[in-house]
Amino acid sequence: MNNVIVIDYDMGNTDSILRAIEECGGNPVLSNKKSDLDDASHIILPGVGSFQKAMENINSLEIIDSLEEQIFTFKVPFLGICLGMQLMATQGAENGVTNGLNWINGNVVKFQQTEKKERIPHIGWNEIHLKEPNPLFEGIESGKDFYFVNSFHFECTDKSNELSKTPYCGEFVSAVNKDNLYGVQFHPEKSQKFGFKIIKNFLAL
Amino acid sequence: MLKLRIIPTLLYKNMTLVKGVGFDSWRRVGSVIQAIKVYNMRMVDELIFVDITATRENRKPDFELVDDFADECFMPLTVGGGVNDIEDVRRLLQVGADKVAINSSAITNPGLVKEAACEFGSQCVVISIDCKKNNGKYEVYSHSGTQPTGLDMVEHAVEMEISGAGEILLTSIELDGTMKGYDLEMIDQVVKAVNIPVIASGGAGNYEHMYELVSKTNVDALASASIYHFTEQTPLEAKLFLKKKGINVRL
Repeated sequence: MNNVIVIDYDMGNTDSILRAIEECGGNPVLSNKKSDLDDASHIILPGVGSFQKAMENINSLEIIDSLEEQIFTFKVPFLGICLGMQLMATQGAENGVTNGLNWINGNVVKFQQTEKKERIPHIGWNEIHLKEPNPLFEGIESGKDFYFVNSFHFECTDKSNELSKTPYCGEFVSAVNKDNLYGVQFHPEKSQKFGFKIIKNFLAL
Repeated sequence: MLKLRIIPTLLYKNMTLVKGVGFDSWRRVGSVIQAIKVYNMRMVDELIFVDITATRENRKPDFELVDDFADECFMPLTVGGGVNDIEDVRRLLQVGADKVAINSSAITNPGLVKEAACEFGSQCVVISIDCKKNNGKYEVYSHSGTQPTGLDMVEHAVEMEISGAGEILLTSIELDGTMKGYDLEMIDQVVKAVNIPVIASGGAGNYEHMYELVSKTNVDALASASIYHFTEQTPLEAKLFLKKKGINVRL
């Protein structure tokens, strides 16, 4: 039985994620305790809210060392969702510059309109274009729509960490990958059929 | 390309789904959970839930009820009705809302919008604005359309955007439930004045009404209730119709 730890740091829609993991056959545990992290088969960092507040909360829990041990030493598969993906960056620019977890080099910056009809936040269903096949997107063709709701996006320093792109305000990185670290800017837990496929693929890693 | 969203609105009193005309004459139209299950199966783009009596009865949102609804919703979910303070926003997000709609409190307590946007991010703060045309100008009404506020619609919308609102849900009180078509002028004025997404609501009676609005304004989403409760029309058919007319929707 898998043991999916969903990090509890008071940043939003954990309930939806727990429900989606259950529906996808996983065994989710909402926790911020080191003892639980030590038994994790998979780790998910959800997140809705501001980068600065999220880092403040996660720092105050004093679990970053344990997280890094699981992820880098024991290679536990990790998935950051929405803000959870953005927190893996070096820095975020929401409410002033804040240091991120710095697991994937890059910065999180605000969308800039490229045409008047583009509205910010970017809310709704938009397609993803895969740069190359990846186990997280197994069985999902490029061009499928996922649900996004965000004002900021991740700019990767190393382009090889970019997993998919989405056309909006030009084009932005909608999924990242580096070894066992994955991040998706969209909400798989709210993206119905293909979103659930992503969660199932992650649980199979 | 970002798709136009077609959103069923579910208005409820306790566990019962209701729908009125002009924010009045409420009729029972079924069970909320049943409706959610159907919409789940049909993979709708998003749902909006509004507790229509919470503010008027001066009570908090029923968090347990929303929790039950949200557990069945595998699509994005906006919840409104009775949202008074930052704790209400926090609890609603915790129990599964993706976005929280604030209406009356955004007028009586504008600081709440700023506070919610700072704490949870603009993307989950939806400002719901109900309007009626008086002497050629659109005026904002609060408390489920019962109290005139003296606020000008466009000025209020712009002020909400500045305060950190991430989206506007705009409803015509007069056309709501009539199925006579949208108030194009009302929606166009707000869409042109703000840079955040606008969800239009009130008046849709057929797919042609939807196409008319989408082809004449830059609206981002269409929310409707009566058309789905009282006719055989469905969100999926609406999208098929719009797709044929060249509108980008998710199918």
